[in-house]
Amino acid sequence: MSNLISLTIDGKKIQAEKGKNLVDVAKENGVEIPTLCYFKSINPTLGTCRICTVKLNGKHTTGCTTHVAEGMNIEINTPELLDNRKAIIEMLYAEGNHFCPTCEKSGNCEMQSHAYNMGLTVTRYPHAFRQKSVDFTPNRMIMESNRCILCKRCVEEIKTKDGKSVFSFVKRGINTQVQIDYKEERKLSDNDVLHAMNICPVGAILVKGIANEKPFGERKYDFLNQNVHTSLNNTNKIELKDDEKFIVATTSLAGCFGCHMSLLDIDTELLDMLEIIEFNKSPLTDIKDFSKQCHVGLIEGGCANDENVHVLKKFREKCDILISFGECAIMGGIPAMRNFVSLQACLEEAYLNGPTSELGADIIPSHEDIPKLLDNVYPCNEVVKIDYYIPGCPPNAHHIWKVVKSILLGEKIPIAHEEFKYD
Amino acid sequence: MLIKNKVDRSQLMSVLWEIQRKKRHIAHDDITKIAKEFELSRMEVEGVLTFYHFFHRKDCGKYTIYINNSITSKHAGMSSIKKTFEQEIGIPVGKLSFDNMFGLYETACIGLSDQEPACLINFKPFTNLTPEKVKDIISRIRNGEKPKDFCDKPKSNIQYTPSKDRTVFFKPYRDFSSLTFLKNNTPEHLIKLVKKSKLAGRGGAFFPTGLKWQFARQNEAEIKYIICNADEGEPGTFKDRVLLQEHPELLIEGMILAAYAVGASEGIIYLRGEYRYLKKEIEKVIASYRKYNFLGSNIAAKNPFDFDIYVHLGAGAYVCGEETALIHSIEGKRGEPSTKVVFPVEKGYKDKPTVVNNVETLCAVPRILEMGIDKWLSLGTEKTPGTKILSVSGDCKNEGIYEIEWGMNFREFLELVGAKNPKMIQWSGPSGNALSKVDFDRNICGEDLICGGSVMIFDGSRDIPTILKHFSDFFVDESCGICVPCRTGNFLLNKKIDKMITGVATKRDMMDIKEWSKIIKTTSRCGLGQMSSNSLNDAIEKFPEVFEKYMADESACKTSFSLEKATAEYDQIINEITSDYE
Repeated sequence: MSNLISLTIDGKKIQAEKGKNLVDVAKENGVEIPTLCYFKSINPTLGTCRICTVKLNGKHTTGCTTHVAEGMNIEINTPELLDNRKAIIEMLYAEGNHFCPTCEKSGNCEMQSHAYNMGLTVTRYPHAFRQKSVDFTPNRMIMESNRCILCKRCVEEIKTKDGKSVFSFVKRGINTQVQIDYKEERKLSDNDVLHAMNICPVGAILVKGIANEKPFGERKYDFLNQNVHTSLNNTNKIELKDDEKFIVATTSLAGCFGCHMSLLDIDTELLDMLEIIEFNKSPLTDIKDFSKQCHVGLIEGGCANDENVHVLKKFREKCDILISFGECAIMGGIPAMRNFVSLQACLEEAYLNGPTSELGADIIPSHEDIPKLLDNVYPCNEVVKIDYYIPGCPPNAHHIWKVVKSILLGEKIPIAHEEFKYD
Repeated sequence: MLIKNKVDRSQLMSVLWEIQRKKRHIAHDDITKIAKEFELSRMEVEGVLTFYHFFHRKDCGKYTIYINNSITSKHAGMSSIKKTFEQEIGIPVGKLSFDNMFGLYETACIGLSDQEPACLINFKPFTNLTPEKVKDIISRIRNGEKPKDFCDKPKSNIQYTPSKDRTVFFKPYRDFSSLTFLKNNTPEHLIKLVKKSKLAGRGGAFFPTGLKWQFARQNEAEIKYIICNADEGEPGTFKDRVLLQEHPELLIEGMILAAYAVGASEGIIYLRGEYRYLKKEIEKVIASYRKYNFLGSNIAAKNPFDFDIYVHLGAGAYVCGEETALIHSIEGKRGEPSTKVVFPVEKGYKDKPTVVNNVETLCAVPRILEMGIDKWLSLGTEKTPGTKILSVSGDCKNEGIYEIEWGMNFREFLELVGAKNPKMIQWSGPSGNALSKVDFDRNICGEDLICGGSVMIFDGSRDIPTILKHFSDFFVDESCGICVPCRTGNFLLNKKIDKMITGVATKRDMMDIKEWSKIIKTTSRCGLGQMSSNSLNDAIEKFPEVFEKYMADESACKTSFSLEKATAEYDQIINEITSDYE
């Protein structure tokens, strides 16, 4: 027991084995430092993901590269460090093209789990929408670079029997990506291939045929941290005269109307809702034009054509508070997947070369009454100022209602984790 | 072409260079061959070569032209030079001419900031370009002349040294003279002396050199290495180039002394690819030291030792100036920095104790021995004795090299270089600090305003956001890509600067810049990310009058979104398919 040392973690004095990794020491003492690249058998530790950034004697460093020593003073859960960690996760979401609802690893994804635990609802960074590749060429694996966070686990961990790398980083900077060597991949055993998928902290490495092994709904992270509550920022209360109701408008731009469907799932509470709310322009009321100024506007869907832009700008003008609800409004969502294909190719696929178009089809419909498609699908906040975001695909009915209620009544209504997690 | 019988991965870069030189690109089959030879997977080799800017997967022409696009070059008229090249060859930058004769590319600072615009053609320097000169160069190449026969010899432009008895570097030197010291002194004595001299890393980190040597000395490993960092990549720096041109013998002697001090048997000069034209000269000097048995086995000393030096050529990656990245690069790997769990003095090149020192640091050691420690300590200031070499470029009368005594007043220095109306001075390169008139009364020394070597001066006529955009572009290009704050953080900051330049930035953007920079600074894996946002934030703080216009609140409709622009592509497609060609 002579190699026991004492150190301080967030003001608490603890004892630990000298030279042990800080992430493990903290865990043993009930303090969880989130990690993505840290992996037990890789030594020296990679230190690539940076989310385990802590403060050691007042200086920033990563937990996974810190070996505990006598007298260390370590800060882990300060507001600044918690925000730093959240910021990095947000940056990873903004950098890659993460469409959780369509991802095979959804529910088994370490990054997604961290995002839930941090109460991450929307990223503070604009989406980079980088063009990335999906490589189906390897024998048994798929490399989905859109989801890759370049943690380097696979590069270091997965080698052939004669010690050659299967995964390698190629290019540099923002263009860096992981590439599989096809020849070496064939030398891996089936177990190695599975291992590669399992150590991937996101859904970048998939094994053909068995990626959906676990059924949706019974997944690892569903029941973790059920008691985490995230509250909204308080807003200025909206003042109403007697007999007046709050006026709300809604619309669906480039979306599937799923968020509006979810809105109807408010169910019996709809009756309570109508006690205090009056709908103006909305598909629910079928009112086509604004007849008065509204307190709150709810926007579903992003902007795919010029009509969407006009409607959105009208909403900005006529609504005091504008809320994006649903992934499409927030980051373009499924429609934004077309941002990786040229507009020309999109139109040709839809009208000329698609499996349902007739042989010799040569007309792409165009008329002054048909809205013009934009070059990309834009999230609403890139076109107008958006005040609040309700993420989800679709957002849970109670989530939507609680947010709207919070804003209208100026009260903080906690939203349970269960109500804002979507995968 | 390949080195047989020996799979030493540290040969990988030189093999890649060899193929690149002869075939003008590295083809699929070459990679397969190399992979087999080095017992690596194909993709790993591809990963290494795509990391370096000067290795090409596609033909880059018999004559590969790299126009320097650093900010000083742009201010010196790079755009007209670029246009002339494009017109004369008939291709835009980034392309290869149809006859595979010319490949035209841009590259970051090539260490010729005082003689811009400049370019490298097959790694031979051409300086002070004018449109006429460009036309002449292209026609001479077309007529069969080789660039090496008519390239320029970069000028040293040594503009200032202190009075004769106070100059350290730029004065005549008698070859081999410092090496007599070896005969009467032990390594420990030398380390003690260097520690006493307070010499510190002149690449910009200013880590005490004596201490570094001592750590390596104390390590009991049998093999140790000395590496000279001549990967002078910080834009605006060219002092190491001038030292290598003027006094390569100082560097060789410095390395011999360092090897004696720490007990190293092998020395490597990591020369940046941009300075390939200096390689032969340096190797000639090394050969002459070998001839007199100052390199090789059994070098005469109190404790005789074996030591030899060779030159390793980089291939265009700024981040390789970071010592751990540099070591990876020599090992034939991607130049990604390590986490600082162990330092190179414990476990460096090939996992052996390694000392990495900058050119200027090593050159100082023989000079200290020559002038004596007391004289050295009488120069400069208490914390930083001696002199410092600064590379000055930009808006001033006399661009070039200034050897100044530490402690010089900044205002005096600006007068010395002939800077009229200086507005922003980029100090220590883009990763350093932006200085303004509030700093003019400070002193250049370790106690106050320390400098790695790059001084870029911008006068009142220059647009500050454009300069910052240029720096940011540089960091986006040069980030190694291993950690997200640097890889994507810098990319996102770059977009924010775009918003400033297009005039749509708001108060929110300026707040974001401040907050995001802090996150990038505190969470990045190496110095590149930790320093990359310095100049941006300095400038915003020091030039409020420039950034005032971006301090308005966010407007309801985003001015950055233009409906015309967003629908232009659709209009064009529809126009195209509806128009009748008959």
